[in-house]
Amino acid sequence: MAVAIVILLIALGSIAFHFWSPWWWTPIASNWQGMDDTILLTFWITGFVFVAICAFVAYCVWKYRYQKNRIAEYKPEDKKLETRLILITTLGVIALLAPGLLVWNNYISVPDNAYKVEVVAYQWGWKFRLPGKDGVLGKTDIKLINDENPFGLNLEDSYGKDDLLVDEGELHLLLDRPVKFELRAIDVLHNFYVPQFRGKMDMVPGMITYYWITPTRIGEFEILCAEYCGTGHYAMRGLVIVDKEKEYNKWEAKQITFDKMFAKNKNNKNLQLAKNTK
Amino acid sequence: MSDEYEHKLEAKSDYVSDASSGTSASDIDKLPPAELPDQELYHSHSWWTTYVFSQDAKYIGVQYACTAIGTGILGLVLSWLMRLQIAFPGLGLLEPSAYYQFVTMHGMIMVIYLLTALFLGGFGNFLIPLMCGSRDMAFPYVNMVSYWMFLVAVLVLLSSFFVPGGPTGAGWTLYPPQAITSGTPGHNMGIILMLVSLVLFVAGFTMGGLNYIVTVLQLRTRGMTLMRLPLTVWGIFVATILALLAFPALLVGGLMMTLDGLLGTSFFMPAIVSMGEQLKYEGGSPILFQHLFWFFGHPEVYIVALPAFGIVSDLISIHARKNIFGYRMMVWAIVGIGALSFFVWAHHMYVAGMNPWFGFFFATTTLIIAVPTAIKVYNWILTLWRGNIQLSLPMLFSLGFIVTFLNGGLTGLFLGNVTVDVPLSDTYFVVAHFHMVMGIAPVLVVFGAIYHWYPLITGRMLNETLGKIHFWITFVGSYAIYFPMHYQGFIGVPRRYFEIYDSPYIETSTMGLNVFITVAALIVGAAQLLFIYNLISSARLGKKAEKNPWKANSLEWQTPEMPPAHGNWGKEMPKVYRWPYDYSVPGAKEDYIPQNVAPSAVTEAKVEKS
Repeated sequence: MAVAIVILLIALGSIAFHFWSPWWWTPIASNWQGMDDTILLTFWITGFVFVAICAFVAYCVWKYRYQKNRIAEYKPEDKKLETRLILITTLGVIALLAPGLLVWNNYISVPDNAYKVEVVAYQWGWKFRLPGKDGVLGKTDIKLINDENPFGLNLEDSYGKDDLLVDEGELHLLLDRPVKFELRAIDVLHNFYVPQFRGKMDMVPGMITYYWITPTRIGEFEILCAEYCGTGHYAMRGLVIVDKEKEYNKWEAKQITFDKMFAKNKNNKNLQLAKNTK
Repeated sequence: MSDEYEHKLEAKSDYVSDASSGTSASDIDKLPPAELPDQELYHSHSWWTTYVFSQDAKYIGVQYACTAIGTGILGLVLSWLMRLQIAFPGLGLLEPSAYYQFVTMHGMIMVIYLLTALFLGGFGNFLIPLMCGSRDMAFPYVNMVSYWMFLVAVLVLLSSFFVPGGPTGAGWTLYPPQAITSGTPGHNMGIILMLVSLVLFVAGFTMGGLNYIVTVLQLRTRGMTLMRLPLTVWGIFVATILALLAFPALLVGGLMMTLDGLLGTSFFMPAIVSMGEQLKYEGGSPILFQHLFWFFGHPEVYIVALPAFGIVSDLISIHARKNIFGYRMMVWAIVGIGALSFFVWAHHMYVAGMNPWFGFFFATTTLIIAVPTAIKVYNWILTLWRGNIQLSLPMLFSLGFIVTFLNGGLTGLFLGNVTVDVPLSDTYFVVAHFHMVMGIAPVLVVFGAIYHWYPLITGRMLNETLGKIHFWITFVGSYAIYFPMHYQGFIGVPRRYFEIYDSPYIETSTMGLNVFITVAALIVGAAQLLFIYNLISSARLGKKAEKNPWKANSLEWQTPEMPPAHGNWGKEMPKVYRWPYDYSVPGAKEDYIPQNVAPSAVTEAKVEKS
């Protein structure tokens, strides 16, 4: 008997928790409202099913509790009822899936006017690369990575020379402009995740993966790594700052091009070598 | 199969009309002749061959179950340590490397060495021969070797705690490159021992699995058609087929990664720079491993779930004194889920960097699988409807299963729907979902099943009061652990974080919630020790069980001796005349008619199904 009441309380308690607990998603800061909406739709449909079935179970346990003289019904099959239930379930599933697939289609189709930012993940931190004046990111290869060329840019690719390299774990983005993240990892799997942006994609060494967002709110947001990447995984943080154009340009002007950085590093190395030979 | 069944139905309607025109009992009770001669068994001669190197499937089942539960207790203790670290990071209880090692070992132990071994090795061995009406498994010697391989696999796994560097901390998914590069704890010996242990497990399981399949297909007693098998056997049977098809993917994945680790091959390893150093690998694909892993890993979910589905169907029917609703649909749902489970694996990889167009395909297949799964839930609750529900311990655990499985299944609709998975994947929402659906739900079935079959194994009942305490703490407690955890996922708290700092994105501190969850986990864990105590003490002190204490129909309760002796059936093999769900048949004197009761003995009962 108690179990019927408890099952009912679990169903009602879950609803109460859902509406009145302080824990809910962070306010969104990107264009992916569609994801939140799909979640809410899923909540309505599954929540209804959960409460309905729990209530039905509780009712059955109470109504048909054991009595010595009661004889259970003997009815092995009910084709009609079974067919109906299959149909209703199929409809529910379609109602969930269809809007979900539409949003997914948007998520994987990058708009033409999106500008590109490369995110490079390593154990355990973040680096970024902007395409520079020519608007094109130069080619890279993990095998080219060394002290002078920490991003592994291809020296023969002239598109790479004006790329801006950001090595301090802090990225600025333009408000209301779609941006495509080109994701790269140099050692193990990582995942570029900003809770307020909702988007997520693994970064795989040897591949360039991507996703895109449009920041819709000015502010500072924490970058987290969302794919387990070894002992320092939990501490792999970074910062995204969404700016208006003016502040953004100020920040961009401070970044160093690959050309300059390479020359500087080379110089340092030569100095070092000279010191050593002395 | 269905043809055969239709044929049987016709045959039955024939004899009903015959019976009314006054034919003799022997005609009504007619069964096809036995196709195989009676199985010859190995009879043990010494204590060693009876109790240790036993070839009796019942002993092997108990050996499997005890080893699995023993390993599971270790998994439980590891989870306590993890939860303490998460809730009270200030204590400095664990190093990050130890935390990740415990996360990994907890996951692997619970999924493979506890649940898979317990359902297939434990329940499969004990129940298949008894429920099919055979004397033993088809190949008892191979069956014995299967258990000993499993034990060696467990010992190899445990030995990794004592090697330099400790066990692997790669996460139970063991994703390369991280699993074998230096940023991960246990990247030398730990990961190799883990892979070797898995290979041994797969080899051992294959021996057992072939046994289960051949036994179900070949050694059923006279009259036991496939469509008269209890759903428990159906669940274990289909799960075994899945396992035999899925484990090879894990096996090759494991072998290839072992080669990558030991010999420097590059199956899964692209060129990488690890800790500032160029490694010698080149050209491999980390995503290939993920495909192999999840091609095993998703069916694995159903390898655990299908036996649970089968067992819980039987428990609900027996303890509600009512036939299972829609038996044929239930069988086809099990088969359908099993088949579909091979086409959904990449829903674990929506954000893994595979071709994004796969998302459409795998989201669709994943949501299709919800339909047969929903049918099963409907049929369980429709079995309760107009039943005569006894709130025995197995029934209580079955009800707990329905609620937790329902909850976990519905959150699967969130994660399976590719768009919703993007914000939620790799967060605590996932952790909460899979613990609810393939942790708590199957484990509640395990408990229900043990309370149900313990009298058959030991001849004694488990203590009811301890059982009730165990049920309430486990059911309510584990819901209290995992339901709120979903909401941490909404906030965006990532899983596999050694420590969650006060971060700007955590608007309301989740720390209090973490403490609550940890306290609940400690209590629920402690209740399991109560259960272990009950298991041990009741074997000696428990109330003696009467024969067939639950008044069940399936064959395992109809053996001449209880607990059943070696060879199960004495001289005469049982004959089966009906499906195992003839409960509360109108007209019958008792509210149950066991499968081996001949129609001539219950002519007054108006059975609808044969």
